[in-house]
Amino acid sequence: MNIPYRPLALGLVALAFSAVVLQRAQAGGDDYFPPVVDPLVKEECGSCHIAFAPSMLPARSWQRMMGNLKDHFGDDASLDADTAARISSYLVTNAADTGGKRYSSKLLRGLAPNRAPLRITELPKWVSEHREVPAWEWKHKDVRTKANCVACHADAERGFYED
Amino acid sequence: MCRKLAIPLCIVATILSTSLFAGPREDLLTQYATAAKTETPTFSGFSAARGKTLHTHKFAGGKPDTPACTACHGENPRGAGRTLTGKDIEAVAASVTPKRYTDPAKVEKWFKRNCKEVLGRECTVLEKGDWLSYMLSQ
Repeated sequence: MNIPYRPLALGLVALAFSAVVLQRAQAGGDDYFPPVVDPLVKEECGSCHIAFAPSMLPARSWQRMMGNLKDHFGDDASLDADTAARISSYLVTNAADTGGKRYSSKLLRGLAPNRAPLRITELPKWVSEHREVPAWEWKHKDVRTKANCVACHADAERGFYED
Repeated sequence: MCRKLAIPLCIVATILSTSLFAGPREDLLTQYATAAKTETPTFSGFSAARGKTLHTHKFAGGKPDTPACTACHGENPRGAGRTLTGKDIEAVAASVTPKRYTDPAKVEKWFKRNCKEVLGRECTVLEKGDWLSYMLSQ
């Protein structure tokens, strides 16, 4: 049997190339927010809820949040000073208006520079992106809260929110 | 002669091995027991049964969303739990999640946080020891 190696190899190369391009496109798209990679941040910020991507809020928001962990949306999430400082620095460095900028140019659209929201769900762009989600869907037993991104965005923990 | 020696040897070996190979969990329980004796002079050991009651009891002092440990951890300690934001919590039973309760600082951190949310106050050393005994028995 004569196997056509050359077209086969060319086909594979083309496939690999398009996979890379697709990934790049996704990674650079408006719906990609790189997930937390720091193990400390992952552990401390990802036990009760998903470890939200730092590029989803501006640095001033993270600073405000880390300044009041005693009342973290009604829960006492206090940490020792050293841990808090390390987490703070990671969040601020990768925030939507600092290191995470290239992922978040659109997410901060419409947010007044003097405002430092604590909830991602308060960002004007977040609100407009989710305007079509009906109230009953938010109340669904598998959703329950707007902080439960993975209920609808299956790939949220890997940073993808396009669905 | 040899057979007569075997039993005491066995006992000695058992005692030696438990004291020599006591893991972080046993150390933590011992620490809690020492503290419990100081807290209550009549203390006579932890009880997994009391721990179970604590785990399932509905308290009124905490947050309305989380009246009991089971609100997030689920009714079955060997099953996975779920936080209010939809995040899975690994089973609390030590047999199912063997890495649990091996870092004392982490255990203390979560007792502090969760007792406040469920009971509205920090847990006593007796409560912590009972609860931990229950989970180690599961």
